[in-house]
Amino acid sequence: MTNSIGEIENAQALFVIGSNTTETHPVIGYRVKMAQKKGASLIVADPRRIELAEYADVFLQLRPGTNEALLNGMINVIIQEGLADEGFIRERTEGYEEMAAAVLKYTPEYVEGITGVAAEDLRQAARLYAGADSAAILYTMGITQHTKGTDSVLAVANLAMVSGNIGKPCSGVNPLRGQNNVQGACDMGALPVVFTGYQRVDNEDALSKFKKAWGVKLNSQPGLTVTEIFDSILQGKIKALYVMGENPALSDANLHHVMEALEKLDFLVVQDIFLTETAALADVVLPAAAFAEKQGTFTNTERRVQMVRQAVNPPGEAKPDWLILQELAYKLGIEWHYETPEDIFQEIALLTPSYAGISYQRLEEEGGLQWPCTDGEHPGTPYLHQGKFSRGKGLFTPVEYRPPAEEPDEEYPLVLTTGRNLFHYHTGTMTRRSNGINAFKPEEMVQISIDDAARLGINEGDMVEITSRRGHVKARAAVTEKVPPGIIFMTFHFHEAAANLLTNNEVDPVAKIPELKVCAVKVEKTEP
Amino acid sequence: MYERHILICAGTGCISSGTREVKEALENELIKHNLQDKVRIILSGCHGFCEKGPIFIVYPEDIFYCEVKAEDMPELVEEYLVKGNIVERLLYKDPTTAGTVTSHEEIPFYSRQKRQVLRNCGVIDPENIDEYIIRGGYIGLKKALGMEPLEIVNTVKSSGLRGRGGAGFPTGMKWEFAHRSPGDKKYVVCNADEGDPGAFMDRSVLEGDPHAVLEGLIIAGRAIGSDEAYIYVRAEYPLAVRRLRTAIAQAEEYGLIGQNILNSGANFKINIKEGAGAFVCGEETALLASIEGERGMPRPRPPFPAVKGLWGKPTCINNVETLANVPLILRNGADWYSAVGTEGSKGTKIFALTGKVNNTGLCEVPMGISLREIVFDIGGGIRGGKKYKAVQIGGPSGGCIPESLLDLPVDFDSLTAAGAMMGSGGMVVMDEDTCMVDLARYFLSFTQRESCGKCTPCREGTKRMLEILERITRGKGEPEDIPRLEKLAVAVKDSSLCGLGQTAPNPVLTTLRYFRDEYEAHIFDRRCPAGLCRDLLTYYIDAEVCTGCRSCVKACPAEAISGEKKEPHAIDEAKCISCGACFDRCKFGAVKTK
Amino acid sequence: MISLTINGQRVEVEPETTILQAAEKLGIFIPTFCYDPELTLVGACRMCVVEVEKARALVASCCTPVGEGMVVHTDTERVHAARKANLNLLLANHPLDCLTCEKTGNCRLQDYCYLYGVSESEYSGDRKNYEPDATNPFFVRNMNKCILCGLCVRKCHEINGAGAIEFMNRGFDSKVTAAFDDPLENSSCVFCGMCVDACPVGALTPKQGLRKGRPWELTAVKTVCPYCGTGCGLELYVKGNEIVGIKGDALSPVNRGLTCVKGHFGIDFLQSPERLTRPLIRKNGELVESSWEEALELVAGKLKEVKGTELAGLSSARATNEENYLFQKLLRSLGTNNIDHCARL
Ligand SMILES: Cc1cc2nc3c(=O)[nH]c(=O)nc-3n(C[C@H](O)[C@H](O)[C@H](O)COP(=O)(O)O)c2cc1C
Ligand code: SF4
Ligand code: SF4
Ligand code: SF4
Ligand code: FES
Repeated sequence: MTNSIGEIENAQALFVIGSNTTETHPVIGYRVKMAQKKGASLIVADPRRIELAEYADVFLQLRPGTNEALLNGMINVIIQEGLADEGFIRERTEGYEEMAAAVLKYTPEYVEGITGVAAEDLRQAARLYAGADSAAILYTMGITQHTKGTDSVLAVANLAMVSGNIGKPCSGVNPLRGQNNVQGACDMGALPVVFTGYQRVDNEDALSKFKKAWGVKLNSQPGLTVTEIFDSILQGKIKALYVMGENPALSDANLHHVMEALEKLDFLVVQDIFLTETAALADVVLPAAAFAEKQGTFTNTERRVQMVRQAVNPPGEAKPDWLILQELAYKLGIEWHYETPEDIFQEIALLTPSYAGISYQRLEEEGGLQWPCTDGEHPGTPYLHQGKFSRGKGLFTPVEYRPPAEEPDEEYPLVLTTGRNLFHYHTGTMTRRSNGINAFKPEEMVQISIDDAARLGINEGDMVEITSRRGHVKARAAVTEKVPPGIIFMTFHFHEAAANLLTNNEVDPVAKIPELKVCAVKVEKTEP
Repeated sequence: MYERHILICAGTGCISSGTREVKEALENELIKHNLQDKVRIILSGCHGFCEKGPIFIVYPEDIFYCEVKAEDMPELVEEYLVKGNIVERLLYKDPTTAGTVTSHEEIPFYSRQKRQVLRNCGVIDPENIDEYIIRGGYIGLKKALGMEPLEIVNTVKSSGLRGRGGAGFPTGMKWEFAHRSPGDKKYVVCNADEGDPGAFMDRSVLEGDPHAVLEGLIIAGRAIGSDEAYIYVRAEYPLAVRRLRTAIAQAEEYGLIGQNILNSGANFKINIKEGAGAFVCGEETALLASIEGERGMPRPRPPFPAVKGLWGKPTCINNVETLANVPLILRNGADWYSAVGTEGSKGTKIFALTGKVNNTGLCEVPMGISLREIVFDIGGGIRGGKKYKAVQIGGPSGGCIPESLLDLPVDFDSLTAAGAMMGSGGMVVMDEDTCMVDLARYFLSFTQRESCGKCTPCREGTKRMLEILERITRGKGEPEDIPRLEKLAVAVKDSSLCGLGQTAPNPVLTTLRYFRDEYEAHIFDRRCPAGLCRDLLTYYIDAEVCTGCRSCVKACPAEAISGEKKEPHAIDEAKCISCGACFDRCKFGAVKTK
Repeated sequence: MISLTINGQRVEVEPETTILQAAEKLGIFIPTFCYDPELTLVGACRMCVVEVEKARALVASCCTPVGEGMVVHTDTERVHAARKANLNLLLANHPLDCLTCEKTGNCRLQDYCYLYGVSESEYSGDRKNYEPDATNPFFVRNMNKCILCGLCVRKCHEINGAGAIEFMNRGFDSKVTAAFDDPLENSSCVFCGMCVDACPVGALTPKQGLRKGRPWELTAVKTVCPYCGTGCGLELYVKGNEIVGIKGDALSPVNRGLTCVKGHFGIDFLQSPERLTRPLIRKNGELVESSWEEALELVAGKLKEVKGTELAGLSSARATNEENYLFQKLLRSLGTNNIDHCARL
């Protein structure tokens, strides 16, 4: 997030797109509702009639996979109606002309044809967003999990810049990160091309800095992303995989493909707190400590580094991941001497400019700190890009709408879109093992529109079979007004009805994110 | 031209005793005698003397007939209108002198009153704006439109008018707060919820002189800078609502409300909102919540409505009677108004006089009149020649005033000092047969039932006070109950959120203050001095009267009665549970109490 | 600035400050039940009443703004009488099962009764008698213990927005219920647990910690929720080696004490019998338990066999920063940049 969670409540307008905030980020959802109660205009764009739609001043129920068209349309209206922040564009950005030329054809009427959103609603949304003194955009995977997710993200940035809604409080571009430490994992360089703090592995300075610090030889060739890793395994280029606390056998798109890869591996080691679907395939499984059984830090979606403290001991012989890693390194001939997680954190701060000013001592004393926090006196950064973008000038990038990789056809007439519900989390590793939660929501309920259900003879609670080009699953149907005709919705929490057996592993060419939000399926009533 | 006008009261009370039928019969008789063009019938608002309704006054002679029936019409028309002979039997009979009176001015019920606010009630046709205007209506508004808002505020301030809704807050001051509160949008609200059981002065004004209220509202709006009003009317007042709607429509037609009223450039809109039915909805913050569509529950003040009221906007809320005073003040000036009344309470107050007096009904009296005058002159004394005991003033949350204070001047401050309050102006007179503990129980059962439940002292405290009182009247009182009750009453009064809880203990506190001996008799002697609390009575059978019919024997659930058929029966006191079943059953009045 | 006197001490505060806040500034304690600075002030419980000179009745300090020159007394006999009466009234309608009540030691009703020496009620009479609502798996609602402060209702409406619960009936029969007095799971409740945390008495009790420890036996450990990226601060209440209670951390700037159902009621997976407790090694196609030594030797041996980029690693969005850092450090040190995690999922 460029801005902070605490600022949401004071924004004058909020544009929530591709985020079922009240279920996926409930506590942020409360803030959105509070802001609305305090008088903020609320614009919500989602294929489903999510809860926030009920609070929205304008609800844009767009077709799945048409975000860029919608966003371009809003920019078009803002420019046409003179709502653009010309001062901001002139002083803080470049590339405006090209971008403006590109959106010219995205008139509200043209966009209506693509997205299904009424031209007038789009105009109103643009006016509310650009007319407010401070307007924040919140988005989640509804923007990114597409073959053109990168384009959508760029379009979001264009929208924020054209209206000057960045680099000031209560505004900004705010991806709500899905997992408790996904921000931290990225910051820590758990990515193929960067070390900590987004220092590229192919950058000479960075490379030599880390070589020196670690006292090892390092590879300057960028590595592979998850989806590429699975492809490479199948191509025989990768032979061993080390998985720490992930469950690709349920979380990733087109599970058949993933399983095939996992089985093909020469060696699979999985380190986790449960015997997950992935661990079950491993050659070695290492028992890890869970969050409340160890010390460390997490970085949340607003870049706030916070202390994680130990409350209880790990069960049996389970150990914290950092200790396992250190012991394994030792066996591999790499000697580390970390006594505590704090020792590791000091090394991180030393090598990572944006974390340089953060220490356990400060975290204990001051609570969380938001990076960039560049020295011991730096108070942290509640919102980014104040006065200047990190790259200097903000760059507008022209974006064109492209249809999703797979569109419904005669054989697979419905669009499946996936996500989470309020009660469960991710692949259910944790929530499915929480007695209360699992008792309350024990199974998948596929959301299907009243029209489609009637056409297919499906009643609430009926067992249905959902089939895509890649696989099929069974689950019970929830007939609801939340999804429009032509669309069904599933979560990926339940291994019994793993939605990712169906999803498309076609990825975005840049971010390599699979198109989890759109694939073509058919639905049939079946026996339990 | 008409030779005569006949006013028939069409207030709610008189309508239910037959106004419509009387009017129809009268019309028929007039046609029979070909008088329809000579006599005009006017259906008027309430005359306040509902007990004697329907009221029937013939002008210009001012002959006051009462309790007329449709069957009386042939005689009335034939004898009086045609032949000019007064129909004696339909005249009002003075209970004190037993003589009859012809003119309504001579009836003590009216002669001791000072009918300022009620001046039009019963005199004009409330559905005809012209009649209001002819009697000086809307002159006050015209004057107000020529004044600066602050000038209006100051006039009302110096008139000394205080709110008639209960609390007696100086109206001019309230207007000034609302006037000074910043805001483009402000509201004026008329509180016509009138929830006190037994009170009906607001209803009478709304039904009998609706334009007076509208005029007051428009002036209030002008004074505080508001262009929109709500009248919150109790749902049980359909006639008042209808008359208000008619009045609003007529006033709109005359350009008195709507856009650019009387070419002053000011706009004014009046909405009617029917009440939600709970007593507490009359409390101003609950009332505003109710208009907003929320549950009618009080909110803490401050912020006062004048600062943050309806939908958070500055709001001036006044009672019906308060507003009906306003046109008079504007028309006649503050000095004229403040000439009547006492130092701290100016003008008149309308009371609903009920209970054990000879004349019951509405009376409007100058502030400062003594209680004695109200009870004995206007009310005509205690019914049946019984002894006066107390009067409960201010509705269920008021207090009772004993004989020793009969000369108390009736004004806001004296009543409060005596432990009672002006309230909305209910006045229930009690005679020697009233048990004061039972009375406190009765009023508390009302407030307890009406407690909204939001705050602890009122929700739980009224319940416990009621339970203690019930216990005492059932003869189960404990010696500690008196201090317990007193302590609780003080705490509830001192710490409740809204006026309901803050005043609910008043009947308890005043009866404890003036009639403590009755409590003690109930608790220590197991005796009800007024002989009213059943559980405390000893039942016996008067052998002289008893016919030996055995019905009481069958009625008694405790098998306490014995006796041979046709022989006098007797009650075994040891077995008797004082349920009173025998008393109710005996046709001969042989079962007696002591 | 407005200056006033409380218990003889002068204090200067901003306009709009309440008497309660001004007293807090002076370190003067005033008991409250229905007050929460984040919520609408309702002045319902009347526990916070104080005496203001020249005011007719006592005033609720939580919702009465200060005035210039105001003279306030918070501990007079009159104030104590009102508070004692208040407690007496609450006790008259409250089960006195403190011996087994989960809230004991952490209950404001208990604390104030102690403070004011109210051990049993002076009043007897009708009591509430409701069936507890215990059908949902997360918490029990026993409205016999409810003192009707309304904190839960306001939290649910004003902070969560779910609006699942409301006051029903009036006066003595008032009760907090879900629509139609149905069990909570039939309502719009999202089981965020805000109401549970807000309740000053034992009317709302999480099932997780039932009879597992008294508040004074528990240690609170502040940490961060393991679920979504919001990063809510949590307080874990620990007895021995078991987590018996969870609450949002009121001091966390992220969530200011709020949580969703997962953070509040979904942490018990830690105690799941399915937790891995020993390393497993595949032998003859079966995963069997092994020692750490054996497992690590095996892994190290295999990893040495593969060359550089033949190795890939998936790190974890649920592990700590330190662990993610070490994971990439290890893999890069072994010559591969094939490191990723499910950031995109
Ligand atoms: C429980 C309760 C009931 C009330 N009912 C009424 C009512 O029915 N009519 C009314 O005018 N005022 C009623 N009031 C008084 C109002 O709160 C308010 O003081 C009044 O409307 C102000 O108008 P005034 O200043 O003209 O008297 C009630 C007060 C309480 C506490
Ligand atoms: S005093 Fe009674 S009526 Fe008023 S708020 Fe309290 S409970 Fe409700
Ligand atoms: S758990 Fe949350 S949603 Fe449910 S009633 Fe309580 S506050 Fe409302
Ligand atoms: S359940 Fe608890 S929080 Fe809710 S009103 Fe009752 S006492 Fe207050
Ligand atoms: S805390 Fe002030 S009234 Fe409840």
